[in-house]
Amino acid sequence: MLLIPCPWCGERDESEFACGGEAHIARPPDPDALNDAEWADYLFMRTNPKGSQRERWCHTHGCGRWFNVERDTVTHRILSVYRMGEPPPKDAP
Amino acid sequence: MTAQPHRLPEGGAIDRSRPLGFSFNGRRYTGFAGDTLASALLANGVHLVGRSFKYHRPRGILSAGTEEPNAIVQLGSGASGLPNLKATRVELYEGLAARSVNCWPGPWFDLAAVNGFAHRLIPAGFYYKTFMWPHRGWHLYEPFIRRMAGLGRAPDGPDPDRYERMNAHCDVLVVGAGPAGLAAAEAAGRSGARVILADEDCPPGGMLLGSADAGGHGEATAGLEAMDNVRVLTRTVVTGYYDHNFLIALERVTDHLGPAAPAHLPRQRLWRIRAGRVVLATGALERPLVFANNDRPGTMLAGAARAYVNRFAVLPGRRAVVVTDNDSAYAAALDLHRHGVEIAAIVDLRPDGDGTQCAEAREAGLNILSGHAVIDTAGRRRVRAARVARLNDDGSLAGTVSALPCDLIAMSGGWSPAVHLFSQSGGTLRYDAALRAFLPDVSPQAARCAGASNGAFDTASCIAEGHAAGAGEPGAPGPVQPAAPVSWAVPARSRAGEARRFVDFQNDVTAADIELAAREGYESVEHLKRYTTLGMGTDQGKTGNVPGLAILAGTLGLSIPEVGTTTFRPPYEPVAFGAIAGRDVGPLADPVRRTPLHAWHEENGAVFEDVGQWKRPFYYPQEGETKDEAVARECLAVRNAAGIMDASTLGKILVCGPDAREFLNRVYTNAWDGLAPGRCRYGLMLGEDGMVLDDGVTACLSENRFLTTTTTGNAARVFAWLEEWLQTEWPDLEVYLTSLTEQFATVALAGPDSRKLLGALTDDIDPAPDVFPFMAWREGRVAGLPARVFRISYTGEVSYEIVVSAGDATDLWAALMTHEVTPFGTEAMHVLRAEKGYLMIGQETDGTVTPLDLDMGWMLNKKKDFIGRRSLARSAMRDPMRKRLVGLRTEDPATVLPEGAQILAEPPSGAPETMIGHVTSSYRSATLGRSIALALVKGGRDRAPGTVHVPLDDRTVRAEICDPKFYDPEGERLNG
Ligand SMILES: [Zn+2]
Repeated sequence: MLLIPCPWCGERDESEFACGGEAHIARPPDPDALNDAEWADYLFMRTNPKGSQRERWCHTHGCGRWFNVERDTVTHRILSVYRMGEPPPKDAP
Repeated sequence: MTAQPHRLPEGGAIDRSRPLGFSFNGRRYTGFAGDTLASALLANGVHLVGRSFKYHRPRGILSAGTEEPNAIVQLGSGASGLPNLKATRVELYEGLAARSVNCWPGPWFDLAAVNGFAHRLIPAGFYYKTFMWPHRGWHLYEPFIRRMAGLGRAPDGPDPDRYERMNAHCDVLVVGAGPAGLAAAEAAGRSGARVILADEDCPPGGMLLGSADAGGHGEATAGLEAMDNVRVLTRTVVTGYYDHNFLIALERVTDHLGPAAPAHLPRQRLWRIRAGRVVLATGALERPLVFANNDRPGTMLAGAARAYVNRFAVLPGRRAVVVTDNDSAYAAALDLHRHGVEIAAIVDLRPDGDGTQCAEAREAGLNILSGHAVIDTAGRRRVRAARVARLNDDGSLAGTVSALPCDLIAMSGGWSPAVHLFSQSGGTLRYDAALRAFLPDVSPQAARCAGASNGAFDTASCIAEGHAAGAGEPGAPGPVQPAAPVSWAVPARSRAGEARRFVDFQNDVTAADIELAAREGYESVEHLKRYTTLGMGTDQGKTGNVPGLAILAGTLGLSIPEVGTTTFRPPYEPVAFGAIAGRDVGPLADPVRRTPLHAWHEENGAVFEDVGQWKRPFYYPQEGETKDEAVARECLAVRNAAGIMDASTLGKILVCGPDAREFLNRVYTNAWDGLAPGRCRYGLMLGEDGMVLDDGVTACLSENRFLTTTTTGNAARVFAWLEEWLQTEWPDLEVYLTSLTEQFATVALAGPDSRKLLGALTDDIDPAPDVFPFMAWREGRVAGLPARVFRISYTGEVSYEIVVSAGDATDLWAALMTHEVTPFGTEAMHVLRAEKGYLMIGQETDGTVTPLDLDMGWMLNKKKDFIGRRSLARSAMRDPMRKRLVGLRTEDPATVLPEGAQILAEPPSGAPETMIGHVTSSYRSATLGRSIALALVKGGRDRAPGTVHVPLDDRTVRAEICDPKFYDPEGERLNG
């Protein structure tokens, strides 16, 4: 059970949140410019790294805001938290 | 009742002034307050407590703690029966009634013990191999295996006990209240930290309780209780260590009180603890030695024998053979000796033991046989003698065998630090060859082991380590007691003996089974576990796992670290489902949502249907009506006159802002540019994968304000979906969403008379079709109440949805009921919409259905992008052989197909069939006087006209593919 620091509410139990998967996958501005494989890549393919991953979380049972979390997928350590639209911190530990 | 012939006249932490009567397998005994069931049985000379899982061999009490594999009992019976409890952990209370599990009629005479003679027929992997046999063979073996392999009886009714869940936060959680844990809690407490100390036993003390110098822990405990910032939880076992220092602990609040438990207390309490850091002072578990017939009752762990004599003042035997491969058992021998147990011999597998206690034993004149081993035991239901032989340096047998008469064999195969929780925390383990044990290495969490769980086995080191860990100071490594490299399994003299050297007592896994598994190629320890069931019992192999994997390593010629250990997973101790559920049972299991009209529905006999968390009226049976009759009456009323339905559960989302219209364009498949205030439009929402997500009507309230409706079950999901796109993908759009589902109530008024009825209820809304056309909405007063009226229809009839404040709902409903209207429920609505071929989300759609599959290509705007559009452009989406929506008419109009039934193109042949689709909705239509069904079928209406076959349990039904619009296909009634 993770302890997630919501940028608006502070540290809360994982049960208050929903995970939205990998972050920074922008919807292609012109989907028609993509062939089927590229579209499928946007839609389904995810990095699934071992180690640091940037992912989206929503504080569904709290403030309702989406934000980004940088988490180590091996240790589950949360390396950084930043708001939607903000760039990821460059030198996260 | 009998006396307690094996109880010492004095000593021990029991209260002789409080005798307690109890029964075991129907026989009555007495024990004392402070006893466990196991110690009370031993005080009465009862060693034989059950039968083993596979061979039904007689088994005795092996341990004095949570690692017990043999003494598994059932308390009580019926709904409150508790299966699979360890007698070593059950505290005695007056009237306790326990039975052995896994033997019938009882442990003295067990009919299934014939398994023991058939031993060679049930080798390692028997179950596994049996499962692999052809399907045909399994049914012959299944009843046999189920009966033979039962362990305990599941309760046969709802749990009558009450449970609680508690959330707790602390700076330092200390697990285990032995010397290390007490020192850690004290050091942490003195630093001012908020501390929780949890211990599975009561009182605290851990190993100190069972050692001769009992008593020192009392002061430490008193000191802790004086500190306000320290909470001591006894009878509380920490069973799970999860991420970010979140731990689960189970407190047995009243289990030890039995029927005397006060009613205001829960039986158990599940603690959910978030800790700043965790000190694991979980101690160590003693290992058995592996020799032939080491499971004979009267054979127990040396540390357990010591605990019984010291803590419980019970003599587990009169004449003992102590057999060990390490120094620790000498203390047990000395304590037994001191309390009057004759020590036949201390059999030490090592050529020479040289610890201080070895010297003490020598001084006490105990007979020490160094370089010897117990290689077999004699006796039937109780050990009568230990067969002892000298060992060569390589561990093989040397010389002659002598039999030492005894009624107790106290054995020690060394100690395994209890690293379970450390491992669960994500911590890695390292194998220490000197200690012959896996020790904690590195945890990614703020977890630290102290004391015996860290490999420190003497009390002084435990206290020092605990103190350092509690204070958060670096710890100095304690002194290491090197263990001599001795073999993990003592050879037997005969093949029969070889086959009866038990490693896992509960699952009857022997050294020979492990060797066989290794020969058959199960070389990974995880495979070995599943193949032999080593460590898979209720004790999770707490005693036998390390010897088991050591034997595997020896067979494979590998080192123990190369073989490694199986993964430790929660729970450390079994947890009752009741404790996990806590108070979230019965009506509190899930919230129930009721509309403002619920009371009226109830008073008028509605049968309710659960839709998500909502209670919706399913139908309103009148006196003597069946469900079919009620639904038919309600349907005909709507088709021929007028009906009203509570539609308040539909999700309502207010979409506001300068970019609201653009937002709707992106999330719905159709265009919203031309929708003027006063008008509404049906919308279809897709996932980005092109699959239908939800549908509903959106009304334009004003240029920047839209009211969107969702299906009842999807309201929260759609709201979250829209928020996600706004927050994460399109923060540039200025749009605000507000859920209004519960603020407003909706009553649908439907049927050819509804226009006239609406007119009678309002002065300021003109219902004339030329001024209030289909897909328009008007604001005004209905029955004197402020209302919005939407002319939309899900029934195919002229229909108005009247939306008022939730508080006005009952007035509106009452006003409508003064007219000739028939209340109808969701089932009539389902039938009416199916007659029109309207889709129902969740019925015709299941996350794999596109608008094209539903023949709703007309809903897809070609001039704009929308979520899901690109996916629909994939060629596979246009494959005509996708499953598409059709209507089905059964050949016999009286036959109503079951929803979900599979559809075949040809009559069934008996061979495996290829399904071409399934029935999604199916009803008896009173309007049409026949059954109707909707289905998703490969090829869809390209198959029409054509016949399909629906195989049911007892027959196959023929049906014709048709247009799903069964009734009024041109929509004349709707637009009229
Ligand atoms: Zn928040």
